[in-house]
Amino acid sequence: MSDHPRVIVVGGGLAGLAATVRIAEQGVPVDLFSMIPVKRSHSVCAQGGINACNEVARQQGYSEWQHMDETLYGGDFLNHQPPVYEMTHWAPKIIDLLDRMGVPFNRTAEGFRDLRLFGGSLFKRTHFSGASTGQQLLYALDEQTRRYEDKGLVENYEFWEFLWPVLDENGVCKGIIAQDQRTMEMKAFRADAVVMATGGCGVIYGKSTMSVICTGAAAARCYEAGVKLGNPEMIQVHPTAIPGEDKCRLMSESARGEGGRVWVPRKKGDDRKPTDIPEEERWYFLEERYPKYGNLVPRDIATREIFSVCEEGYGVGGGRMAYLDITHLPMETKDKLAAILEIYEKFTGDDPRFVPMKIFPAVHYSMGGLYTEYEMEERKPVPGDKLDDVWGMKDGDPKNMMTNIEGLYAFGEVNYQYHGATRLGANALLSCIFDGLFCGSSVSNYVKDIEDKAADKPEALYQKYLDQEKAKIDKLISQNGKFNPYEIHARLGDEMTASCTVVKNEERMLQCYEALNEMKAQYKDLKLSDTGEYTNANLVFSRALGDMLVYAEAILHASIERKESRGSHFRSDFPDRIDDPFHKTAVVSYDVENDKPVLDWEEIPMPMVELRKRDYSK
Amino acid sequence: MSTKTFKVKVKRQDEAASASYWQTFDVDYTPNMNVISTLQKIAAKPVTADGKDVAPVVWDCGCLEEVCGACTMVINGRACQACSTLVDELLEENPVIQIEPMSKFPVVRDLWVDRSRMFNNLKRIKGWVPTDGTYDLGAGPQETQEEQDLRYAYSRCMTCGCCLEACPQFTKDNDFMGAQSFAQTDYFNSHATGKLLADERLDVIMGPGGISDCGNSQNCVQVCPKELPLLTAIASVGRQATIYSIKRFFTGKK
Ligand SMILES: Cc1cc2nc3c(=O)[nH]c(=O)nc-3n(C[C@H](O)[C@H](O)[C@H](O)COP(=O)(O)OP(=O)(O)OC[C@H]3O[C@@H](n4cnc5c(N)ncnc54)[C@H](O)[C@@H]3O)c2cc1C
Ligand code: SF4
Ligand code: SF4
Ligand code: FES
Repeated sequence: MSDHPRVIVVGGGLAGLAATVRIAEQGVPVDLFSMIPVKRSHSVCAQGGINACNEVARQQGYSEWQHMDETLYGGDFLNHQPPVYEMTHWAPKIIDLLDRMGVPFNRTAEGFRDLRLFGGSLFKRTHFSGASTGQQLLYALDEQTRRYEDKGLVENYEFWEFLWPVLDENGVCKGIIAQDQRTMEMKAFRADAVVMATGGCGVIYGKSTMSVICTGAAAARCYEAGVKLGNPEMIQVHPTAIPGEDKCRLMSESARGEGGRVWVPRKKGDDRKPTDIPEEERWYFLEERYPKYGNLVPRDIATREIFSVCEEGYGVGGGRMAYLDITHLPMETKDKLAAILEIYEKFTGDDPRFVPMKIFPAVHYSMGGLYTEYEMEERKPVPGDKLDDVWGMKDGDPKNMMTNIEGLYAFGEVNYQYHGATRLGANALLSCIFDGLFCGSSVSNYVKDIEDKAADKPEALYQKYLDQEKAKIDKLISQNGKFNPYEIHARLGDEMTASCTVVKNEERMLQCYEALNEMKAQYKDLKLSDTGEYTNANLVFSRALGDMLVYAEAILHASIERKESRGSHFRSDFPDRIDDPFHKTAVVSYDVENDKPVLDWEEIPMPMVELRKRDYSK
Repeated sequence: MSTKTFKVKVKRQDEAASASYWQTFDVDYTPNMNVISTLQKIAAKPVTADGKDVAPVVWDCGCLEEVCGACTMVINGRACQACSTLVDELLEENPVIQIEPMSKFPVVRDLWVDRSRMFNNLKRIKGWVPTDGTYDLGAGPQETQEEQDLRYAYSRCMTCGCCLEACPQFTKDNDFMGAQSFAQTDYFNSHATGKLLADERLDVIMGPGGISDCGNSQNCVQVCPKELPLLTAIASVGRQATIYSIKRFFTGKK
């Protein structure tokens, strides 16, 4: 393979694979790094579907514009509008492309792609493949990636962990340091551009609906190296998950999209079997409070409602649990949900076809993340657009989704774009694939014109970063201190979940801050149970823990400073949205010297849709 | 207060080339545990039942909800996913839980095995739809819900390897492809565009390690956690191979 230009993609979920395919297609070779075989990436967990305007919805009055408006309204206007305009207008093309790649989308009687209802919309605009849509989409992109691997354009570094970005004397990204988790070999890799597509950070909260690799450590390392974060306080808690010992397993919104209903007994502490509780003694609180959207209000709202009815003592048997009920649905509808119903049955032993499921909210998605830029461009309005002046992203501009560090991009869940203060269901898969495809061209354009080639950089540049990472390991291994990394992690999860999820308030968050400082001190006095130099999972975890602590502090800091409530960020001490001064992006940078987050507020351009009150109750 | 514990016997191996050995751990019992949470407890406190500090056990996992395929192990003698295998059910079978790595793949360390052979086979059978690229070229081919049903069933294969672990023909040192590859061949050959590479796939399937080595013992279908119609796949690919070899004979193609 040619040495120049080369691109590194870190992460092989939907965003990383879509980027890889797009960049390789332009003839630019890609080195693809992933902690696990890319086919096992977290995107495989996505269940419900992917949103796009389609002909049926269009003829009922829906449009790309409406999709954009829902996304902005759902996100409580914290989203930048041009990227959302571009994404929603590309969405139908993305579905077509996935269809051509062979994704087995569910079909109608006539053989067209079927659609289901999802949260935050009154139109059916969600395309799906059973109840394992993410798996099917990921596999389709994995297959296309394998095709380029076969052609020699993609080199796959599976089980390699990204450790640090290499920045040259001008602060431009020229490669990465990575380590093979099996042999523990550490190496520097040169590249003219690096795309971070490393997903979310749920593991900071201990148990979440995310996979075990979603620690956010890769994003945290970029932040420590100088990349800013956007809105790190915006963490989505999904209303319906099955609490578990090791993980909270998601019960997709598609269960409600297909007609599932959420309820609790009307009588506090009622401990009868759900099937023995008659209809009139069930409280369908979402339907009662939100007659129009019912069970399909956006996630932050459903989550807070479930949380508060349980706090008031109405939870199942008085506990922290509500029912998600699909027992009344026809069998063929239940068949479409088979993949998730099996999960419930496997892990709880109850068959949800006949017994209502017991669910509770769990941390699910990070709207915030690495700060990225883009180039705005005026577009010609298409049918459905409500204005004459509309703005999208400039196709192929090298700046699209580049972080504040030149040459370092962030795609997919790891960036902070598109979703604002709440992500609507089935918009994540879309944003990940959109980033990869649309901004993939930005990356190949950037590297094609580059003059200062990574291939020509002195070896010493790479050696410096290698030494830095080796020193980190040596320190961790030789420390032989007092504290157990898994115990610190368990405490971090408990503290963050208690202070920084559904309901936040200053007092509790300050308490968490104190605990966090304590944990950071303990981290300097760790004891590893494995100090060997081969497949040392203990070391890999402990190293990531240090980065999780740093990232957690950024989340906490922005959560404290945003003294208002907006979307998923709900402050009991400031229950209203306060546009002046908080209708702004929280931009957090890392002060290396003092090991502290520093926050700036940044204006959000509003070229199309004006701010309005977010109210789903009418 | 004394906490209830249970015993877990783990087959360990320090490196790819070293010999394996067994260790037993006492693990604190909590309700609703699965094998992953058991291993997590051992990792957090790696002390054997006889009080020896040891290196923590290493394993592979991802989703923790039986969809990524990473955590396949041999538990109480059966190949299955550690994340969806529940401790209560295992303890009903036997008071000691026994965990081993899969035996048909090279061990990396402890319970972590190298399954790159499965991914390489996907490359060999050209497991992709040959699209014209990512440009906007309209929708894909229309298909019926019945066709989708079959393809969806195949598309749920999570490359876990249970079918290969159970297959008498598949061994560490031969090149038999096994049910996973046969199912994926049928998956791509039944898509309108995927079909365009059908002959090339069949060339591979009829070559060394291909369908003719399948002894039809049907072990694979019994263990597949995603209930893929593996026998349908084997029969269908076998039929396609027969037709293709007749075609090859008459067209003189080798
Ligand atoms: C249970 C569940 C269900 C969901 N359902 C839906 C849905 O129905 N619709 C929807 O739109 N969204 C859904 N989502 C959200 C959506 O799945 C995710 O946002 C999306 O898949 C993220 O994709 P990604 O490509 O950004 O990252 P991921 O798929 O998380 O991939 C991250 C990649 O980065 C790699 N990586 C991470 N760290 C490192 C490192 N240090 N070094 C090297 N590699 C690294 C990993 O190996 C992996 O390959 C769901 C999420 C969950 C948790
Ligand atoms: S039928 Fe038997 S020999 Fe053939 S793939 Fe299945 S288990 Fe192996
Ligand atoms: S066919 Fe079944 S058993 Fe075999 S790898 Fe796929 S999912 Fe696993
Ligand atoms: S961890 Fe993914 S299948 Fe078990």
